[in-house]
Amino acid sequence: MTGETVLEVRDLHTHFFLRRGVVQAVDGVSFSLRRGEVLGLVGESGCGKSVTALSLLRLLPKDAARTVRGEVVLDGENLLDKSDREMRQIRGQKIAMILQDPQTSLNPVFTIGDQLQEAVARQNGAGRGSVMQRVVDVLRRVKLAAPEQRIRQYPHQLSGGMKQRVVGAIAISCEPQVMIADEPTTALDVTIQLQYLQLLKELQASTDMAMLFITHDFGVVAKMCDRVAVMYAGRIVESGPVREVFDNPAHPYTQALIASVPKMRQEVGLLHTIEGQPPALSDLPEGCRFAPRCEFAEARCQAAYPDTFHAGEEHSASCWRLADD
Amino acid sequence: MRRYIVQRLLQGVFLVLIVTTIVFFLGRLTGNPADMVLPEDASEEDRQEMIETLGLDGPVHTQFFIFMGNALQGDLGLSIRYRQPAAEVFFSRLPNTMKIVPATMIVALVLAIPLGILSALRRGSVTDRFSGAIAVLGIATPNFWLGILLIYLFSVQLGWLPSARMGGFTHYILPTITLGTFLVAGFMRLIRSSMLEILDSEFVKLARIKGLSEFKVIWKHCLRNALIPVLSLWGVFMGGLVTGAIVTETVFAWPGVGRLTYEAVIFRDFPLLQAVIIMDAILILFINLLVDILYAYVDPRIRYT
Amino acid sequence: MRRLPWTSLIIIGAMIFMAVFAPVLTPHSPTDQTLSDKLKPPFWEEGGSTKYLLGTDIFGRDVLTRMFYGARVSLIVTALALSVGGGVGLLIGIVSGYVGGRLDSFLMRLVDAAFAFPAILFALLLAVTMGQGMKTLVIAISILLWAGFARVVRGEVLALKERDFVALAKVHGCSPARIMATHILPNVLNTFMVLVTLNIGVVIVAEASLSFLGAGIPPPTPSWGLMVAEGRGKITSAWWLSLIPGIAITMVVLAFNLFGDWLRDRLDPKLRQL
Repeated sequence: MTGETVLEVRDLHTHFFLRRGVVQAVDGVSFSLRRGEVLGLVGESGCGKSVTALSLLRLLPKDAARTVRGEVVLDGENLLDKSDREMRQIRGQKIAMILQDPQTSLNPVFTIGDQLQEAVARQNGAGRGSVMQRVVDVLRRVKLAAPEQRIRQYPHQLSGGMKQRVVGAIAISCEPQVMIADEPTTALDVTIQLQYLQLLKELQASTDMAMLFITHDFGVVAKMCDRVAVMYAGRIVESGPVREVFDNPAHPYTQALIASVPKMRQEVGLLHTIEGQPPALSDLPEGCRFAPRCEFAEARCQAAYPDTFHAGEEHSASCWRLADD
Repeated sequence: MRRYIVQRLLQGVFLVLIVTTIVFFLGRLTGNPADMVLPEDASEEDRQEMIETLGLDGPVHTQFFIFMGNALQGDLGLSIRYRQPAAEVFFSRLPNTMKIVPATMIVALVLAIPLGILSALRRGSVTDRFSGAIAVLGIATPNFWLGILLIYLFSVQLGWLPSARMGGFTHYILPTITLGTFLVAGFMRLIRSSMLEILDSEFVKLARIKGLSEFKVIWKHCLRNALIPVLSLWGVFMGGLVTGAIVTETVFAWPGVGRLTYEAVIFRDFPLLQAVIIMDAILILFINLLVDILYAYVDPRIRYT
Repeated sequence: MRRLPWTSLIIIGAMIFMAVFAPVLTPHSPTDQTLSDKLKPPFWEEGGSTKYLLGTDIFGRDVLTRMFYGARVSLIVTALALSVGGGVGLLIGIVSGYVGGRLDSFLMRLVDAAFAFPAILFALLLAVTMGQGMKTLVIAISILLWAGFARVVRGEVLALKERDFVALAKVHGCSPARIMATHILPNVLNTFMVLVTLNIGVVIVAEASLSFLGAGIPPPTPSWGLMVAEGRGKITSAWWLSLIPGIAITMVVLAFNLFGDWLRDRLDPKLRQL
């Protein structure tokens, strides 16, 4: 089911240069995405997941943030070397993205049709009917009821779930190779979260695109993803196939995250929480970043950041405890 | 949309009625306008006569109904100074005001929109600091004093521009700057702050994710949203505009409605002032209606509620 | 965080000092005419003398002295108008927000109407019907102020009344009047103070504009706006009459506005949009 690599991120460093200092939001992140695959990027809020995504699209505020090192390779070309004009071609044609909050992702003063048409019109698909016809078609694909009426409506006339479908439609309208979904269901009602996830999965499977699925919820990862990368304080601490990571988490942080997912038959009293706070990204410790909260922390954890060790085929983690095996 | 306009129109009519009522009672309850108009040594006979001409005899409620009845028929009383129907005097001056106020508003918007947007886009740049300073100064400088300063600089010292009265194009320059500075300053600050918020919004991020050009992101997606606060806070500007028109026309001896208002005040021409205020209220009704329609056009969320 | 605006504070301090110590600071009277000394220029101009540092007007009155006393008028009007207009707005805002319902929608309609119609016209009308004077001026400027205060305070109160301590007071059987006075009022005072400071400049400009239009304190009492108006006709020959009080108005308003901005950022940053 998975094909060749479409997107490869190598040693990505994105820093924020603020008045009170440098914030190392993304600090050496590497991963690859294959065609037809869903990679989950998991971690607490503020760990650098969204910044990673926006770094790929080069959409961080220019005056404050800069990707100082690394490569983002799409189709054999490094996106970080592209001009702004070339980058615009790539956005919306090769890489698309769904934002977290449907309430604010659509412009309140333009119709749905207008906002979709901007994305559709950029595709030079000649002979495939009028732009508006294609707008209606793409709304059908995201299963929005009565698309002919919807295109004349404004965002405030649609429910949150409908709006997020429109955002999804904008994302798939250009048939991208890579789709980034940044916590696409967090802001939705619980009742429609599952529907939306199913829709995304279907769209992804039918178009064979690669998807980077950002979430803080390991439960959602299990439903959506083929592989998973766990991020902590600006770095990926563990990555591997979802089944393996779930059954056999190697990093203490991953173990804690998985333990904190409530299971149906588990007693509520046993719900696991992680003590303490993640470190400030402007003032990172020398050694392992999870060490201050880790129940297995030893002297070597404070001394140096752990190397990456194999924990299985395609499964690796950055923890000194793996060095002993 | 039609319901919205009708609703706004009714609100406007209601406002005109309130204003007319307040004007009526303010005149009668805070003193006898006849005493304001007459010289201090006027005889009791003169006084009685003036009371009659001003319609101040009889019980207040009868006066009120007569006053309202006349007003509805377009009779707003006689101007003491001009010895003409006050409404006629108003309409003879209105065209002169119309020559300057709408043009100033358009100039102000044309200047303030790009400057406000540019300041927000290049925060902390020279443009931003410069226009910020102009805005702060523009808000702190009352129109009347700005007008006199401009006359001193450009008419008295440099001799470049005429200092008073109507005439060719050059006569419009100083009054427009005097009246427009406050508007430019206010619009610019408002647009800048709303632009900063909009640039940070998710829908702008999504527009960029779609791969739209920066030009389209700013001038399509941001601009229309940035205009919303200007329209919703219109009342504040309306107040400044009316004050500005009165003051500017006074400073530049411009024979418009604003100057007429000033004359009515200093000559204690109570019926004229009363008429000017009521006519202003009607004028404001139409301007507000126009702004409301524009507002609904710019922001669809208004239209459907 | 912004730094304390020292320049503003110095200007404001100087104005208050001038106003308070006006009689001590100058040997001249602000109103007595000395026609033999009329239209003397400031001391640095030709024909000027140190007797009249900033020159004299058409009646031979010392401009600097009139500036001192004018500062007094400005500050008194500002203090009174903000107490009356701001106070009424505060009261209406609290009652409207706390009581809610029909009363609230009625009062807010009134506020909308006040915003839709320029208060300056009522102020001018008052000057004609009541006659010029301090009372007229204070009422006129209060009409200009109350609606803005009422709207912002009401917004605050709407948020406050959902808070636990109000619910607690209700459970304890406090009367609405008591809750408004002891629980709501102290919590909106911060906002109120910011509004007061932000409006000082507005009031000074309004006072000066009304004086300029012949609707302020009647002459011969000096006020900066009136001085600008009186000097207007002499702009070609005696620039100091208009320009000096004008500069003073701009500087003081600027100082109060910058100080107000600083205070707002300090105490109540969410008022930013206003």
